[in-house]
Amino acid sequence: MTPSPLAPEPGTREPDAPRDTDNAAREASSIELLGLHKRFGKDTVALDGVDLTIRAGEFFTLLGPSGCGKTTLLRILAGLEEPDSGSLKIGGLDITDTPPHKRSVNTVFQSYALFPHLSVRDNLAFGLRMLGLPAAEREARVARIAEFIQLNDLVDRKVDQLSGGQRQRIALARALVCEPDVLLLDEPLSALDAGLRSQLQVELLRVQKRLGMTFVFVTHDQQEAMVMSDRIAVLDSGNIQQVGPPREVYERPVNAFVARFMGHDNLFPITRRAEGGWLTTELGDLRCDGEGAGDLLLIRPETLDLLPGEQPGENRLLATVGERLYRGSHAEYRLDIGQTSLQATVNNRGRHLPEVGERITVTVAADDLVTLGK
Amino acid sequence: MAYSGVRPTTRSRAMVSETRHLLFTVAPGAVWIVIFLVLPSAYLMSVAFMSTGIYGLPELPLSLESFRRLAGFGFLGWSPGNIYTLLRSLWQTLVSTALVMVVAYPIAYYITTCRERWRPIMLLLVVVPSWTNQVIRTFGWMNLLAPGTPLANLAELVGFIPPNMGLYPSNFAVTLGLVYNFLPFMVLPLYAAFEKLDTAQVQAAQDLYASPVRAFWHAVFPQTLPGLLAGTVLVAIPAFGMYVIPELLGGGKGMMLGNLVANQFAGSANWPLGAAGAILMLIATFIGLFAMRRIGKRLGGGEEVVI
Repeated sequence: MTPSPLAPEPGTREPDAPRDTDNAAREASSIELLGLHKRFGKDTVALDGVDLTIRAGEFFTLLGPSGCGKTTLLRILAGLEEPDSGSLKIGGLDITDTPPHKRSVNTVFQSYALFPHLSVRDNLAFGLRMLGLPAAEREARVARIAEFIQLNDLVDRKVDQLSGGQRQRIALARALVCEPDVLLLDEPLSALDAGLRSQLQVELLRVQKRLGMTFVFVTHDQQEAMVMSDRIAVLDSGNIQQVGPPREVYERPVNAFVARFMGHDNLFPITRRAEGGWLTTELGDLRCDGEGAGDLLLIRPETLDLLPGEQPGENRLLATVGERLYRGSHAEYRLDIGQTSLQATVNNRGRHLPEVGERITVTVAADDLVTLGK
Repeated sequence: MAYSGVRPTTRSRAMVSETRHLLFTVAPGAVWIVIFLVLPSAYLMSVAFMSTGIYGLPELPLSLESFRRLAGFGFLGWSPGNIYTLLRSLWQTLVSTALVMVVAYPIAYYITTCRERWRPIMLLLVVVPSWTNQVIRTFGWMNLLAPGTPLANLAELVGFIPPNMGLYPSNFAVTLGLVYNFLPFMVLPLYAAFEKLDTAQVQAAQDLYASPVRAFWHAVFPQTLPGLLAGTVLVAIPAFGMYVIPELLGGGKGMMLGNLVANQFAGSANWPLGAAGAILMLIATFIGLFAMRRIGKRLGGGEEVVI
């Protein structure tokens, strides 16, 4: 990968990082949400009692399908939307009733919302001008941030002369240059093509780690959320379903919604339980370590191993290969077991990859099985 | 080599067909412009430089007499009447254009805040009055502003006018008529400007520490300037040459340049003087347009924003 434009050169002073060594300032950027409710009209519930604490300096992601309330939550943080009830604190200060222009919070909008009548330079300087900074300091900070995002050749251009990726960077820089306590990002990468997107994901992550600023990031893309976040909150219909680090949310989803949203298809209702962690599903009997109190059994496709032929045993299932998608680095299987089927992902280590129609044996370790609530 | 004889033929054929295309596409428009714009203008110009004949018709020899008359020099020495008319035209144009802006701006904004399906109806409400003949609408205002009408009585009551004067004929009535008449021409371009504006930009401005008032001045107003300038051109130029409204609502003291010109072709019958007046109007209009272009360019950061 090419060196990131936002990555620091070794030994240089970090241009816009006054906060990363300053613990007092970092404390100022923790967020507490208490009992937030928000309705639109009579019937549309956007937020249905959200309690959430976001730590200072954290890359925090609000993840969920469209209409789950994640953008509303972000807009309430920015002050662009008022909650019907509940309170909002940043750095311990209640700012529930503070108008947006008095909050030390800046937003990177999904549409970027750059000002088309202003040059890139004036776009970058907008917030500093409104804050009343003297012209000399304004120019110095704009010049530094423009260099930081490596667009200093473009500062005299109009916004409509820039590419999508350049606009995205300007939108980010326009918010960062104000050095807010909290930076809000509303699906900032969704308008970009896949290549640029993954490049900017890495850059954004590096910026956040360098500045130590609290980032609240909204996305509907679970892959993006897992790559970027320190912690993820999964939202559905105005409620927080689960909060945790990416691995926890992916590997130990608390309910079927989170599991499905994180991309899991192998969910099977548990019909009977027996001593020693034995669970019965339509697949057959499997032994599961751990508490196993839920109603559904989750089998992650990548925890499965395929053995050639029929080799019955504990936590082994006999299956027929129904479908195989060869992806180069790995292959994705649909395995037919009785009336149902199971998804499996197998790394391509140069070994035999079973063909469609082949009879095989599926094995899974007892401690890789997870049960969860409905 | 085999194609060497063919190539020039196809090329010349292509040229012929290109010429024919031009003939069919551009020529009708050009003919139209020559017949209905160039020829009459040339005739008007030439009339202005002729002497006045017995029934006020243009005659040879060529003369600058009309321009002298226009500047105020008559048989009885110099009088400022025509200069006043010119100044009154400029003043009325300035005042009514400014008022149209002030009235149209909130209307255009309000329409963009309406639900999408209501907007065409709202715009229609603004435009529909101009489908009625201007003369009829102006007569309507005469009826509303005449002495003894409720509006006139109210104006009397608050001491705006002396008793039994009525609000018309007066310069006030002319201004009112102009504002009323040209409102749609300002609302429509402003509406277009507002509709293009992304509301997220207003939120971005507020997010970047701009109070609502400053968000308007720094993020909204500059983006509506092209609409405002376009509207100004659409309102100011026809208002400057307006004939019907000052004729009906202005009375003798409310005359504008358009009336002066018209009178020379009708009652007073002095075609060369009328033509000279028309040329003065043209020149003033071009100066105005040129100024608007300059302003537009400066505000648009070097880009054309007007015409």
